[in-house]
Amino acid sequence: MTIQFELNGRLVEANAAPGTTLLEYLRDEEVHSVKHGCDHGECGACTVLMDNKSVNACLILMYTVNGRKIETLESFSTHKELHPLQKDFLHEGAAQCGFCTPGMILSLEALDREDGATDEATIRDALNGNLCRCTGYVKPVKAALATLQQSSRTGGDA
Amino acid sequence: MKVIGQDTPRVDGEALVRGNSVFADDIKLNNVLHVKILHSPVAHANILNIDVSKAQALEGVEAVFTHKDFTTHYYTTAGQGYPEPGPRDMRILDSTVRFVGDRVAFVAAKTLEIAEQALSLIEVEYEELPTIFDMEEAMTADIVLHSESGKTGIHDAAHNVGAHLEAELGHVDKALESSKYVFEGTYSTPFVQMASIEPHISLTWMDENNRLVIRTSTQVPFHVRRIVAEVMGIPVGRIRVIKPRIGGGFGGKQEILNEELVAAVTLKTGKPARIEYTRAEELFAARLRHPELVTFRLGFDKNQILTAIDLNILENCGAYGPHALTVMSVTAQKALSMYKAPSIRVNGDGVYTNLPIGGAYRGYGAPQAFFPLESLMDEAASAMNIDPIELRLKNIFKVGDDIPIAKILGEGREGFPMVLYSTEVAACLKQGRELSGWDKLRGQKQNGRYRRGIGVAVAGQGSGIPGIDMGSAFIKMNEDASFNLQVGATDIGTGSDTALAQIAAEVLGVPVDKIIVYSSDTDMTPFDTGAYASSTTYISGSAVKKAAENCKTMILEQGRLLLDDTEAVIEGTFVSGGVGDKISFEDICTKSFYTDEQKQIMGTASHMSYDSPPPFNATFAEVEVDTLTGTVRVIKIVSVTDAGQIINPKMAEGQIEGGIPQALGMTLSEFMPFDEKGRAINLDLNSYHIYTAKDMPELVVRFAESHEPTGPYGAKAVAEIPINAPAPAVANAVYNAVGVRIKHLPIRPEVLLAGIGKAD
Repeated sequence: MTIQFELNGRLVEANAAPGTTLLEYLRDEEVHSVKHGCDHGECGACTVLMDNKSVNACLILMYTVNGRKIETLESFSTHKELHPLQKDFLHEGAAQCGFCTPGMILSLEALDREDGATDEATIRDALNGNLCRCTGYVKPVKAALATLQQSSRTGGDA
Repeated sequence: MKVIGQDTPRVDGEALVRGNSVFADDIKLNNVLHVKILHSPVAHANILNIDVSKAQALEGVEAVFTHKDFTTHYYTTAGQGYPEPGPRDMRILDSTVRFVGDRVAFVAAKTLEIAEQALSLIEVEYEELPTIFDMEEAMTADIVLHSESGKTGIHDAAHNVGAHLEAELGHVDKALESSKYVFEGTYSTPFVQMASIEPHISLTWMDENNRLVIRTSTQVPFHVRRIVAEVMGIPVGRIRVIKPRIGGGFGGKQEILNEELVAAVTLKTGKPARIEYTRAEELFAARLRHPELVTFRLGFDKNQILTAIDLNILENCGAYGPHALTVMSVTAQKALSMYKAPSIRVNGDGVYTNLPIGGAYRGYGAPQAFFPLESLMDEAASAMNIDPIELRLKNIFKVGDDIPIAKILGEGREGFPMVLYSTEVAACLKQGRELSGWDKLRGQKQNGRYRRGIGVAVAGQGSGIPGIDMGSAFIKMNEDASFNLQVGATDIGTGSDTALAQIAAEVLGVPVDKIIVYSSDTDMTPFDTGAYASSTTYISGSAVKKAAENCKTMILEQGRLLLDDTEAVIEGTFVSGGVGDKISFEDICTKSFYTDEQKQIMGTASHMSYDSPPPFNATFAEVEVDTLTGTVRVIKIVSVTDAGQIINPKMAEGQIEGGIPQALGMTLSEFMPFDEKGRAINLDLNSYHIYTAKDMPELVVRFAESHEPTGPYGAKAVAEIPINAPAPAVANAVYNAVGVRIKHLPIRPEVLLAGIGKAD
């Protein structure tokens, strides 16, 4: 099965056996920021953006990706510059082991692109699908507040 | 101090927030074989026959292993120092299976799908045996789990006692008899899963020199090397273990869980191998916190001063006994290191059952101690009509006190004398009292559907295992006055690489970004026992401090030689002589490399401690009980910790903030039930519910810093301490709200409702 889609700004053509998930494809392609944690859409470690919405890549079958736009954390920074969410996660110490961090940042980016509320309750809603066993979510929420409230004030992309 | 006590960003932080390829599975191995385990579907059985011919014949299967492929060799999967203190009661594959999830066989195939298909083709004939699921029946049951000869370290195999503990100081019976008040209570704590988001994953390959490389998500790389060498019968020197970044451990990765299996595959086939647990396997076939049934008796005199503490422990080891003795020892050590009592006694049995295996989990026996102890202290305070905070303040150990249990109860042997050099637990209680609004909330009377309450608990932990844990460090200087710091210490997401870099930077007088840390690679770094027992900052940190001091001494000596001035001293990053001559660190190193007095400037050191100073914590919990549904909502947790001098405040806060929801999970949301056949029921993270962002209460985290004279720059440990006190603080708050004593965790709505019915 041949599928065409946009991956991190690049048009790609993938050959995937039926039943292959987007998570399996991405990890096989060494897109390593997308983590494997549970295979059941419970932990959120494999969160990616699909047409600007956060989804669990382990629940997305490859054939449904045809014609879509997929973004992972790899597209968020250049070798010189970090994305504002990455900067605030670093500054607040929001990454402890860092395994759930990419998924959290993508969930927050999806929230930011919705351009809705950026209060703490909304942020916790957005992070509810990203399980973290290290931080108690305190510093990730703090980092998210710092970035998203700045972003909503300036009205620009975070 | 310039660097200690500062919020240095993590040295690995940028790589982590970028999502770089830093974890065990983030490399691509060519022609890797995927390894899957056939787990036992029955709780106790002899394998009468096992036929792997169909599996072996499947296209793409490269190897199938059963117990017939290995000689009988018993070992322990506990990643502990050598000789290990617990029983050696486990084979890589055995002809008897002892719990649902035990290993029956494993296969290696070209794809994961083929490996899974191969498992379904293995035909096993089981002779089912009677089972023990209730730990209270283990010692009297007519069933023996470990009867085979050749196993060592089992206390009493005939009665399923894997480990036993007893110690007494003073005369407990006499003291209790003559006490004005005696309180007794029996409590239990359940199986709990570490639930690191990164599952256990191990990869192996043969390197260009035909040595075995193991890249694995472990807390104990050096123990992995030793134990795999032993089990595979190859020299330690033929193995290299690499610990990349680790996606959380919490004790679950202090186990040699699957490394020996992939090693066997690679040694047999010469090909790379990979094994990764599924989430379900994590829940039924990894390790869990040992459940304990604990009875305390506390005696008090007329002034509410403790006269005696009597402690009985029944520990459920599950099917095998890694950590059986030491978890139970920690329950006793920590329980008896909190309050001063002239007479103390402990009696404990760790028993085998046909359930999953108990292992190391953050707190390591201490949460099992403090839930009962701090609940009973609360009961005692109520009964003696004294404020619970006052009762604790009257009885806690104080600076200068001898803690006698430390000497009689060590890590599987006699311990070492211990004096308390630092404690700010009283300050923790004082701060927490103010921050939690204790005095206002404590007295509130409520009768509606939702009732609020506040509770308190205190706890201690240790800083490394005295007389056993050892860390070492190597520092070498570069010509731009940067330094390579190589440590065996194992950063598992705690930030220890950063804390150790801060310690080195402080000694050497350079910014943290001049310290390049490389940790936990058995070929490249010196030895360290690993990341457990809250040892890294205290033990490995002391090694780093000494190594940096040695390196600094060499810089000074070299500077003096180059200046030809024996009186020269270090000023900042220069060596300065008496007549205004000075030479920079950069010039000293450059000249030492290329032109003058040529040598490598470097320092090495090791550190072991007979002290294990306890960090302390006071936790205040505010809860709301719904008297209609029996559910408990935690509104606010105030957690104040004495961890000595804090090396990095944000990282230390992170440890506390992360420990609290793990404790609340054990108290309220994480539940590990088994069916009548011993099969775990909750096999995914929807049913095994760890705290989410929306479940979190308000957290108030503070430190009451002390200065620990035996620690690096006054530091003690911080990793495990936050997990001990939340459970009893919540239970005590529930009592304060609705008058029901919680004796068993997790708090179940139906039990609470029944209690509320009686209390009303």
